[in-house]
Amino acid sequence: MDILIIVIKIVCALVWFLTLTLYLTWLERKESAVIQDRIGANRANIFGLRLIGLFQPFADAIKMIFKEDFVPPFASKFLHTLAPFLSFFFVAVTIAAVPFGDRLEIGGRHINLQILDLNAGLLFILAMLSLGIYGIIISGWASRNRFTLLGSMRGAAQLISYEVALGLSLIGVIMVYPSLRLQSIVAFQGENLLGWIPKWGIFLQPFGFLVFFFAALAETKRVPFDLPEGESEIIGFFTEYGGLKWGLFMMTDFMEIIVVSCLVTTLFFGGWQVPWMSADGFHFPWGGTWLLPHGIVVLFQLLAFNLKVFFFCWLQILIRWTYPRFRYDQLMDLGWKVLIPLSLINIIGTGIVMGILK
Amino acid sequence: MIKALEYFVEIIKGSLITCRHFIVNMVFHTLKVLGIKTKRKGAVTIQYPEEKKEIASRHRSLHRLMRREDGKPRCVSCMLCVTVCPSECIAVEATEDPDPEIQKIPAKFNIDMSRCCFCGFCVEACPEDAIRMDTAKIEIAEYARKDLIYGLDKLLG
Repeated sequence: MDILIIVIKIVCALVWFLTLTLYLTWLERKESAVIQDRIGANRANIFGLRLIGLFQPFADAIKMIFKEDFVPPFASKFLHTLAPFLSFFFVAVTIAAVPFGDRLEIGGRHINLQILDLNAGLLFILAMLSLGIYGIIISGWASRNRFTLLGSMRGAAQLISYEVALGLSLIGVIMVYPSLRLQSIVAFQGENLLGWIPKWGIFLQPFGFLVFFFAALAETKRVPFDLPEGESEIIGFFTEYGGLKWGLFMMTDFMEIIVVSCLVTTLFFGGWQVPWMSADGFHFPWGGTWLLPHGIVVLFQLLAFNLKVFFFCWLQILIRWTYPRFRYDQLMDLGWKVLIPLSLINIIGTGIVMGILK
Repeated sequence: MIKALEYFVEIIKGSLITCRHFIVNMVFHTLKVLGIKTKRKGAVTIQYPEEKKEIASRHRSLHRLMRREDGKPRCVSCMLCVTVCPSECIAVEATEDPDPEIQKIPAKFNIDMSRCCFCGFCVEACPEDAIRMDTAKIEIAEYARKDLIYGLDKLLG
């Protein structure tokens, strides 16, 4: 029975993850179109039913599946095939540690709405996200093309310039919510500051949030920081890929957006917490209460989590369609000279404030 | 440091511009879905095959040959359009006309649309006003190149 529950949880989480990934491609097209006063892809239809292009992801998927699976004759065939699966896998497993909601009670059973309740869930997600760089390096190397190798080297250099800041910016969060377990980090954020402000990470760690968000944008390898890819001018690491393998790399990009949104939501925006709602319903700071049954509360939590994640996906796509790419040295400067000092100052400041308040 | 702060402010301003575009356009799209007519639209796109942009009256589109009152082509095969054509896409073969006032009419008048650059020089050169470019037809695509050579029948059409 326990195994069955875990399998159901894995299937649900993966379906959620992949559906959201598919529809992020749709959102990306539509949102960019609306930003640029266009309409966007709206021609894909099933029997003439267009539905503002909602079938476009399926059309894309069919196209990618039926394309030729081409391996360049000079490439290392095994590694060339392995690379997209590696980068896809390392992003896909991160969903295991994301808390979707609080405990769900069915028939005396407590089901944790999280696949893997790790004590070090935060470290697990960060580690898996960093391992994704292996897919990039191997793809660039195995294609045996100088330009793809340069692209993957740029990816690796980008990784070392933002990864340090990414880790350091989270130390402040871990100091405030003394846990690495994502469920308890979220649970801590259910309390209120001064009686009415929800105790979310954004209010306790604003600088930490800024640094983390910039570093996480670099993690997704999309436009302001798309040095490994450089789809428009410089040649990126997956130049020698086509069809479904290329599709896996593209899906990895979108899945990273979702994972980053999940992380930002979980660490800084209260995860599944709805402001002023606890396990039995709303307790408003002005005194009113609105008690709700357990199922509705869990639904509210899932809805809140999804809304927050959608918002951050939207925000990241907005950012991607606003800014030009950073130059190589500018990214290094931003990482080493701005983000890392900022995050160090943030750690020291957090420590001082915590010492005074204690 | 102040410069860095200004840079940051500009970055935020940039994203506010795209955000404004998104929100304003989304409002107009939503109004359209709700069936409320607005003067401004959410997008400037013209959905081409279904919806066509009006062609200006001076637009140079597909050629046509004019007819006389009795139905014969106005062209007198003076070869001026053939001479002036910069892409050398007009081929005219003359034949005799029984009317001594006219003397020559075209037996063949071919325009190779795959070569034509739609400069309109032939229209300007024509002394008889026999060729015009005012049909407002701009969709001249074919599956074979030979179909793009328009003869008398198509041009008089």
